Amino acid sequence: MSETAANTEKKRPQFYNIDGASLISYRWPIASIASGMHRVSGAILFFLMPFIIWMFDNSISSEISFNKFKAAFNEGMLGLPGFIWKLVALAIIWASLHHFIAGLRHLWMDTHHEQVTKEFGRQTAVTVLVLTLTLTVVLGAKLFGLY
Amino acid sequence: MSVNFGSHRLVVGAHYGMRDWLSQRVTAVLMVLFTVLVIAQLIFSSGPIGYELWAGIFSPQWMKSLTFLVILSMLYHVWVGMRNIFQDYVKPYGVRFVMHVFAIAWLVACTGGAIEALWRL
Repeated sequence: MSETAANTEKKRPQFYNIDGASLISYRWPIASIASGMHRVSGAILFFLMPFIIWMFDNSISSEISFNKFKAAFNEGMLGLPGFIWKLVALAIIWASLHHFIAGLRHLWMDTHHEQVTKEFGRQTAVTVLVLTLTLTVVLGAKLFGLY
Repeated sequence: MSVNFGSHRLVVGAHYGMRDWLSQRVTAVLMVLFTVLVIAQLIFSSGPIGYELWAGIFSPQWMKSLTFLVILSMLYHVWVGMRNIFQDYVKPYGVRFVMHVFAIAWLVACTGGAIEALWRL
């Protein structure tokens, strides 16, 4: 009896704590993708913060710096062509949109515990991903001058 | 507040969990409202979106003060988030410590740069 219990105990996978390496071995349901992307987008914004501040600074300081800001995306900057900077801007657009919309979902869940179920989590995660990707495509197409 | 003496004293934890959790949400709400405010001014503007309009959004004193508040909110919000990431994925204490120091230095420098840009307007 006790032996059987010990055997099943051994077979059951145990997760004491998360670490980078075990991340890939996890199952990734849609809600955890939305959650993981929330972290990734936050980290991207953290690392791109100096560039975001550079854009803020140059876009508000003067007419001249505003044109410099615009030129970076058209003529290029620091030896890199404009489209590279547009790709960086696209990364910021996606990260901001995802972090913003997924963040609203978290705030909603924090204040509406009674609504939170597994199904609610799945559905809202799908909504977040669809909204984010659609808006990223729309704004990205505008950024690259497709319309 | 928590009891730190006698038989009911709390013996574990640094007890910043609730404070940081709440701060992250309060600062998030502030940033959401700020974002809506800025985007609304862009949407309901007339004419082309150029330097005049964009800089004009941030130039009133009340907007400068609000932007200042949002910059500080972002500093704290990002610190809590990055610390969460480091605590979850970086196990060796030495490496984690260095990353925490880096994150603090990075964020304080960025905050300084953002405030400087705002004040110059």
